[in-house]
Amino acid sequence: MDVILLQLLNGLDKGGAYALIALGLTLVFGTLGIVNFAHGVLFMLGAFCAVTFNKILQLGIEKPVADTGFGFTPPPEVMPYVKIWFGETWGDFIISSSVPLSILLTVPFMLLAGIVIERGLIRFFYKRTHAAQILVTFGLAIVLQEIVKHYYGANPIPQTAPDGFSGSVNIGAFLGISDTLVYPWWRLVYFGFAIIVISAVFAFLQFTTYGMVVRAGMNDRETVGLLGINIERRFTVVFGIAAVVAGLAGAMYTPTLPPDYRMGMDFLVLSFVVVVVGGMGSLSGAVLSGFLLGIMQSFTAVSSYALLVFPNASEEVRQGAFFKLLDFVDTWILFPGIDQIIIYLVAVFILLTLPRGLMGRAGVMED
Amino acid sequence: MSQNNIVLSVADVSKRFGGLNALSDVDLQIEEGTVHAIIGPNGAGKSTLLNVCVGRIKPDEGHVIFDGEILDRHKPHEINQLGVARVFQTPEIFPDLSLLHNVMLPALAKRDGAFKFNAWVGLERENALRQEAEHILEDVNLYDERMQEAASLSRGNKRRLELAMGLIQKPRLLLLDEPTAGMARHDTNRTIDLLKKLKARGMTKVIIEHDMHVVFSLADKISVLAQGQIIAEGTPQEVRGNPKVQEAYLGGAH
Amino acid sequence: MLLQERKDLFLMAIFSFVVLSAPILFQPIGAGYPDLLQKFAIYGIFAIGFNILFGLTGYLSFGHAAFLGIGSYAAVWSFKLFTMNVVPAIFLSVIAAGLFAALIGFVSLRRSGIYFSILTLAFAQMSYSLAYSVLTPITNGETGLQVRALLKEGQTRGLLDADIRVIDSFFGVEEFGIPITNFFGLKMSGWEGFYFCAIILIIAFFISLKIFRSDFGLMLRAIKSNQNRLNYTGINTRPYLLVAFMISGMYAGLAGSLLAVTDPLAGAERMQWTASGEVVLMTILGGAGTLIGPLIGAGIIKYLEQIFSSINNYVLFTFFDFLPVELQVLVTKLTSLFVGEGWELTLGLMFMIVVVFLPGGVVEGINRIMGLFHKRKRKEDTTTNHKAQPAE
Repeated sequence: MDVILLQLLNGLDKGGAYALIALGLTLVFGTLGIVNFAHGVLFMLGAFCAVTFNKILQLGIEKPVADTGFGFTPPPEVMPYVKIWFGETWGDFIISSSVPLSILLTVPFMLLAGIVIERGLIRFFYKRTHAAQILVTFGLAIVLQEIVKHYYGANPIPQTAPDGFSGSVNIGAFLGISDTLVYPWWRLVYFGFAIIVISAVFAFLQFTTYGMVVRAGMNDRETVGLLGINIERRFTVVFGIAAVVAGLAGAMYTPTLPPDYRMGMDFLVLSFVVVVVGGMGSLSGAVLSGFLLGIMQSFTAVSSYALLVFPNASEEVRQGAFFKLLDFVDTWILFPGIDQIIIYLVAVFILLTLPRGLMGRAGVMED
Repeated sequence: MSQNNIVLSVADVSKRFGGLNALSDVDLQIEEGTVHAIIGPNGAGKSTLLNVCVGRIKPDEGHVIFDGEILDRHKPHEINQLGVARVFQTPEIFPDLSLLHNVMLPALAKRDGAFKFNAWVGLERENALRQEAEHILEDVNLYDERMQEAASLSRGNKRRLELAMGLIQKPRLLLLDEPTAGMARHDTNRTIDLLKKLKARGMTKVIIEHDMHVVFSLADKISVLAQGQIIAEGTPQEVRGNPKVQEAYLGGAH
Repeated sequence: MLLQERKDLFLMAIFSFVVLSAPILFQPIGAGYPDLLQKFAIYGIFAIGFNILFGLTGYLSFGHAAFLGIGSYAAVWSFKLFTMNVVPAIFLSVIAAGLFAALIGFVSLRRSGIYFSILTLAFAQMSYSLAYSVLTPITNGETGLQVRALLKEGQTRGLLDADIRVIDSFFGVEEFGIPITNFFGLKMSGWEGFYFCAIILIIAFFISLKIFRSDFGLMLRAIKSNQNRLNYTGINTRPYLLVAFMISGMYAGLAGSLLAVTDPLAGAERMQWTASGEVVLMTILGGAGTLIGPLIGAGIIKYLEQIFSSINNYVLFTFFDFLPVELQVLVTKLTSLFVGEGWELTLGLMFMIVVVFLPGGVVEGINRIMGLFHKRKRKEDTTTNHKAQPAE
């Protein structure tokens, strides 16, 4: 059983990332009516906020290095300012916690980026066709991606989780099931973080008057506009929020996946699929299908269920119906690489059988 | 008249939208070669009835039978191919194409069927088709504008263009949804004249109309729809004298 | 009324003349060499085909690179298995891409609008992933599929590492090392290669012209204009769309095979979404829905790519030599963002600029300028009339 649980957990953090990106994508689509192909790049920008924050923390005074006398000087050691200001132990702690602390940079930066993008570009496209929106945001995505590539290079830049969270946690022992259910700490943190951010967005939409207007806008933009509410300013804020959510998702994901400039587009395609599966315009659908597809992906990444469930199967077990079923699944469904395409397969299936997606409402983008 | 062929029969059709009975047990027989008007106050279910006839809406109960075929089981393009054409209330045209092409398209559909891959014969060589289209455009007084984009037309002209698109197919049954709504008096009269002229050609037509002037100058038979039910049927004179109709529809207004 | 046909004949004549004399015509802008011109022709074919779908029907496919990739793979396999002659390779590629397009189109065309875009994108990404994973026995994964030397007797190597070329062997064609593609003996490199692509481009353009002017083309344009109305007009739009999708897929397959003809190598990166995006840009940059626009777009992009990616910091620095040194350094630093490796950034910017300011593409831009000219002329006429009137 714990094997299944482990796969489930494996899917949760990736699912969390999908859900967070898809949430913003849906929010922007539902309220602004914009198909944003640059949304994945916002995720990538968030990840690079974490990278930048880490670099900022490393800034410091160069220590004078003694000449070794061998004709070359070793690279100068740097004494980071944080250590000077906060002392050795606290400084170390701060540097090691750079990823969670980078939220301090990510939130204002992404908010600003979101507002600038909306005011500077997106707002001119509210009345244009979806095709035009796709094309212009696609162009924007390339531009942002290439700028990041120019300054940070093409190679992935690994980030580490904070000291206390870098190892694995023995969940099995904690839950009292078994000893083999060991799981990386940071992924659990990420899952929790995703839940918190998602809840915060939902709470914002549910309990604030601002959120109420946004929800009303998702249902019927024109009417809300007629009520004399300045819908445009709200649009800007919504876009900013979506950017922050995507950015946070990216920043916190860096210890799991070393960020490179391409990651945004990879996630974008998947997230679009997530949104479509969840149902265009449905926030809860986006979250649900994000987790669902993440889990699905992790369950198809297994190479063999028969070996997983019965690591040392006896001949007797091998003859059992359950083993045979698993073996059948292994041979006929679990071909290598299926985890890479399972999401697309599901999307195609859903789009053809449930045109509105899992939780899509009637009347949203139906052709 | 009653010995005439029945072209379209609506048999016990009901349609509900949520709690609203848009149509309940509607029975209607349309005879070949007649102009049959369906009138009724707003929200009586006229447009729903027409939509059921062209396959846009599926009825909850009952069927629409055209020439032995159950229409509500067919797709829109199949219904058209069977010989039922429709002119919409809000002009549905091809805004980016020229008037000539707008009218040639339905003619192509009539000639070649629902699908024919024809990439080698240039439109230039479709002389017969073009002449036919030009004739129809002359009929609706749009010949001079034939090379213009349809989007540039006035609303009234767009509706006349759509009428031409319906007429060129010479359908056995033409469904017209308020062909003169939103037209100026002068335009309305021109359209009535046109429809009268075409009446002589023996095409069966069903007209939904608000304008009593139009209805009484064209229709052979009138059905009155109110709250999803047919409350009266007959020749214009019969309907005009029917107290039920006056109460439900004409009463306050006239 | 056959005026249009005569005009088209004239257009074809001019077009063929321009394409065939491209080596001389493009000399002044430094593009008069076979490699680049060949690229113009190949990507021109790709864009012309894409335009048949997007330009005429308005269906925006974001997965056309998949067909380009399939065309390349099919061509290289033809080189490996049958012969280095390009004719069977092209034939096979077009068929393979067409079949694949039929499959993807059948599914994707059930939806329209952005759903269609996302579905095609998903299919292309799927093909891309598959090429790297399950299909490595066919695609050779990251290394890419290549033409190799013939399998010698006694060797036990897989087909990925050694070729058999049954047809060539049957006719006893001698090979030394790794052979070059040929058209019945004519080597497909240098100018011969370009002229081969040029002639195919002319044929491809001619077919596209025929489609534009036909009943079929009118149907496709009507789909873009008002698909719903077309259904009520008695037209089943689905097969029209599917055929258009297949034709544009076959064009992409053809372009893919020509890429393999010039360089017998096929890799999965040809199927990536960036490549799909590039053909979209080519089409809208030139002018979607216009006959010649996509070709112009393809030419502009491939030309700029060539120029921009060949510039390096040193070139820039010497170029800005006239500036004071500090400024020279700064300007070089800024502009270096856009050249060399940063070419894609310029591409992205172009994408945005075109969509924002010139949605109709270059062709529309030219028309606008012409229109402005005409209008001014007309205005002059009317003003002179006005002046004349009071005098009377």
